[in-house]
Amino acid sequence: MKRSQNERVAELTLSLVALGSLGILTLITVFIFKEGLPALKEIGLWEFIGGTRWVPSKKIFGIFPMLVGSFMVTGGALAIGIPLGLGCAVYLSEFSSPGVARLLKSMIELLAGIPSVVFGFIGLTVVVPFIRTYFGGPGFSVLASSIVLGLMILPTMVSVSYDALRAVPESYRDGMMAVGATRWQAVRMVILPSARSGILAAAILATGRAMGETMAVIMVAGNATAVPESLLDPVRTLTSNIALEMGYSAGIHRQALFATGIVLFFLVTVLNLIAHAAVRGGSGR
Amino acid sequence: MNPRAESLVSKERVVRQVNLRKEKAAVTLLSFAALITAAVLVFVFVYIMARGLAAIDLEFLLSSPVKMGREGGIFPAIVGTLVLTAVSILVAAPLGVGAAVFLTEYTREGWFSKVVRLGTESLAGIPSIIFGLFGFSFFVIYLGMGWSILAGALTLACMILPTIVRTSEEAIKSVPSIYREISLALGASRWQTVTGVVLPQAAPGIATGIVLAIGRSIGETAAVIFTAGSSLRVPHSLLDPVRTLPVHFYILAREGISSRNAYGTAAVLLVAVLLVDFVAHFVVGRLFRGRGGER
Repeated sequence: MKRSQNERVAELTLSLVALGSLGILTLITVFIFKEGLPALKEIGLWEFIGGTRWVPSKKIFGIFPMLVGSFMVTGGALAIGIPLGLGCAVYLSEFSSPGVARLLKSMIELLAGIPSVVFGFIGLTVVVPFIRTYFGGPGFSVLASSIVLGLMILPTMVSVSYDALRAVPESYRDGMMAVGATRWQAVRMVILPSARSGILAAAILATGRAMGETMAVIMVAGNATAVPESLLDPVRTLTSNIALEMGYSAGIHRQALFATGIVLFFLVTVLNLIAHAAVRGGSGR
Repeated sequence: MNPRAESLVSKERVVRQVNLRKEKAAVTLLSFAALITAAVLVFVFVYIMARGLAAIDLEFLLSSPVKMGREGGIFPAIVGTLVLTAVSILVAAPLGVGAAVFLTEYTREGWFSKVVRLGTESLAGIPSIIFGLFGFSFFVIYLGMGWSILAGALTLACMILPTIVRTSEEAIKSVPSIYREISLALGASRWQTVTGVVLPQAAPGIATGIVLAIGRSIGETAAVIFTAGSSLRVPHSLLDPVRTLPVHFYILAREGISSRNAYGTAAVLLVAVLLVDFVAHFVVGRLFRGRGGER
């Protein structure tokens, strides 16, 4: 009798614990909205999202430049990270020897652990001066942010698409070999198409990471609150907008930063749901 | 062989050669992509170490910063990082492992487990700056903790929870079901089976996840800077503010306070994180494997 009671206590406790992540997610939503909504109401949603000027001292809050900035920087990062990461994953999964694959996979796991401030610092001391010298402009730019972020999303891109490629049944490869195809033909015609939903998921996860990255971008983007006109112009993202001004903000300024957080939260959650659906669609086939 | 067949065979051979040449070009490009990925790690490591090692000695590690970090060492930041990480793991590890046990041992795949899993995955995708905002408005302001170790550690715990749930779930799933069946057949309760059989078998995988979470905590900046503060003093209680290594490094580097000390701090941070990740990936599993017998 006592034993079955203990069992029930254990089960109940564990089910509550399991709801922990969901509870935290709810709390995050509630508190970000609680702080940010008043600003959205006062400024107006469209003025906030579509406004092109951000002048906290005059209580003008428009995040359009940051929205554009986030998309440009993320797009640039994907343009660098997807081909490099996918190429690396295909090489590891289809062409390299097992020893090389093991070594490279270990290195990529370690790369994933490098703190973002360290990436930002390398960007600041290597990438920014390089761009300033060879391409002109201040160096702090969309291009610099794209390069740093593109390298930072490599581990996500490589490891998720590698898993997708390894999940393609060995018989597909054998079949292609049997009809006289080269390995490259097999990759191009059969293996990549079969793994496409996993690769798509990798790309979406990488997009989320690039869009959410903060500290590395702050250090290389220049953070000007204007819509950049070229890849060499400085840029400010949604994330850096929050991190740069949180420290000294108060009143409606602080609320506007939380409202920036709401927009970011919304974008990233949509991406996560799409990635979730892509992964499930892939395993269902 | 008649001439017609011969010409067909030679044509076939030419096509094959062209395809092989294409393959060679493709493989060269792909291996180049792999090489760049590996080179990034090596470059970051060598670049930071070459400049940072010179700044590091026992005094740098054990003395307090002087003049905002222009001179002196990083002792308070080391203490702050250790304490913050330890508290966040103490909170997140039991919660994460508990959630994983529930998902794998106590419930079938159904709407409840689906909802929980979606929640965990969504949480994993949330940017750290959002955790920072949340921690600031909830722990620091709403619960009145102020900038403190407690507020920072609880924020970090929320952030690393999904990592621990996911890795523990994988580890528990990989325990063969025959173990559970034997334990239950011997008359053990479900709870006894979990604590006596399943968790010990899954321990290496769970430990790997926890050590990875430690690595993430050590390197995190955005979630910590608005919740734990940036005090340069050595903390005396959980309600004191602290400055962690990445925050200290960020402030030194961004405000150009001292590049020598910035590189030194970065080197300490990088070695700590890489060492922890190395232990997670290559040591933890091996340590347990010696004991596990057939696994």
